[in-house]
Amino acid sequence: MKEVLRADKINKYFRDPVLFHVLKDISFSIQEGDFVSIMGKSGCGKSTLLYILSTMDTDYEGELYLQGEKLSGKSGKELSYVRNAHIGFVFQFHYLLPEFSVLENVMLPAKKLGKKSLQEIEDDAMAKLKLLGVDKHALKKASRVSGGEKQRIAIARALINEPAIIMCDEPTGNLDSKNSSIVFDLFDELSTEKNIALLVVTHDEDFAQKTHKIITMEDGRIVSS
Amino acid sequence: MDYRVILGISTTHLISRLKQSITASLGVTFGIAAFIILVSFMTGLNGMLDGLILNRTPHIHLYNQITPSEEQPVDLYDSFEESFNVVHSVKPKRSQSRIHNALPIINYLEGKKEVKGVVPQLLAQVFYISGSIELNGLVHGVDIMEEDRLFNLGDYIVEGSAEDLARSENGIILGAGVARKMSVQLGDIIQITTVSGDIFSLKIVGLYESGLADIDDVQSYTNLKNAQKIMGKSADYITDINVKLYDINDAVPLSKQLNKQFDIAAVDINSANARFETGSSIRNLITYAVSFTLLIVAGFGIYNILNMLIYEKMNDIAILKATGFSGLDVKMIFLAEALIIGVVGGVVGLIIGYLVSVLIDHTPFETEALPTIKTFPVNFQASYYVIGIFFALITTFFAGYLPASRAENIDPVEIIRGQ
Repeated sequence: MKEVLRADKINKYFRDPVLFHVLKDISFSIQEGDFVSIMGKSGCGKSTLLYILSTMDTDYEGELYLQGEKLSGKSGKELSYVRNAHIGFVFQFHYLLPEFSVLENVMLPAKKLGKKSLQEIEDDAMAKLKLLGVDKHALKKASRVSGGEKQRIAIARALINEPAIIMCDEPTGNLDSKNSSIVFDLFDELSTEKNIALLVVTHDEDFAQKTHKIITMEDGRIVSS
Repeated sequence: MDYRVILGISTTHLISRLKQSITASLGVTFGIAAFIILVSFMTGLNGMLDGLILNRTPHIHLYNQITPSEEQPVDLYDSFEESFNVVHSVKPKRSQSRIHNALPIINYLEGKKEVKGVVPQLLAQVFYISGSIELNGLVHGVDIMEEDRLFNLGDYIVEGSAEDLARSENGIILGAGVARKMSVQLGDIIQITTVSGDIFSLKIVGLYESGLADIDDVQSYTNLKNAQKIMGKSADYITDINVKLYDINDAVPLSKQLNKQFDIAAVDINSANARFETGSSIRNLITYAVSFTLLIVAGFGIYNILNMLIYEKMNDIAILKATGFSGLDVKMIFLAEALIIGVVGGVVGLIIGYLVSVLIDHTPFETEALPTIKTFPVNFQASYYVIGIFFALITTFFAGYLPASRAENIDPVEIIRGQ
């Protein structure tokens, strides 16, 4: 099994309004095909950790490796490329671009990557939408589909560049139980069949229990994994 | 690179809020249209006013100036060399008003390559007589066809024509003011007397109206030969030489040279008409200042709208950055939006400006003072359109730059966490 993501002694401080040690010596790693959830109470630092792992937050101490490549200290432009090519995101709020069609939303990261022709990208995007069962909405505007569908479209978008890892921040926080279980089944399928690593920050106990591994955090430390 | 992706996002943003985009570009449109209209009209007016005076003004005017001699006899006498001499009541020396070597000067000038044309003139002081009326007058003996070619004299002949004078032996083109005062018209015969008392009959073959009453009330034109005959002088009696050059900038050096070479008074157009230059440049300054103000106002409009757009699009910016668009990409998206607004607004502004200019160009503008002008003068110079679009791009670029830089620096984590 190949290591996808490794965090090595990550420390993070908030300086405003007072100095506050949010993350304390966080170290762990995720392998290919792992389906990991991070749990913990509000304010324990799990979202903060996710933003650091996602490379969007660069203000931390410690080291971060993606597929063996060290990410800490890279420039914003290089990190943008890493996010574009290797990391998929799913957020609690679906974050689609409302003026664009569903299909364009899914295509956008691939267009930015620019490795394939427009036609290939479009075919890929349709395939991902079909995989998630929302292909019938492809030409609708993103603002015109329901919440559960939006979340599935967001997952399709996360998949478009064949990332090594998908990171999710409360992916089911805004969904009813039926849609939650659809999303869980999708993730499970992705990790077992496509061998994609999944890292999910969640409050949802039931959801977490079904994942392969649970990392529990308390006061900025990993207390069990 | 991926500029097409970025342009795609920019245009989608603009199209999805068409009203705002149109409002923003209308600001630019008005600014640019106003600039084009103002500058075309102003420079058209400038050109007309300058043309009115400058076209008729010779680039170099040569004449024999009567001035008191700089060197008085006392200066020549050695015994007074060391003393302080005061001469009272100095008078100019009596000499003839003709240019004494006029024909060689004309030959010399015609041979020069920068000279477009040379016309000799004879200015004769006369009285116009019609019945019992005697009016002060000034007859120009000219080569009428050359005057027309070089100084557009024909434009100011309101009745008859230059050719009529050229063809007639004893014709005269009379100032319109003189004609009115004496109530004579085309085809009538008037008599003139010279200062020495000789009387001549001349036939009116044309009427001349410059728009300046002072000139129209005294001036008239006749053929040079005729004028020489009236004055009782020979064919080389010439009082003034007017020179037109190809390039007006040669006027100053050439006039200085002529002054030295022939010991003759030479007035160049620049010193004769310095005030016109000043007037033109101030009018231009006002035009640019007004247009620039309009464009700055339009720029603030764009700045505002983009700022608002970025506020609304915080989430989009965060998601773009999360999915791999760099800060620079995001900045480019918003900058492109500003520039698209600028280009569209600017081009529409140019078109509207052009159409209004055409409209102004066809608006009747008739005034007695300017007999040759029938419509408002408008200058359709292509370079103003280039400046216009350049202006539009510059202002929208600066208006877009600040908001776009703000978007560049938005921290996606803050937005996502803030939800």
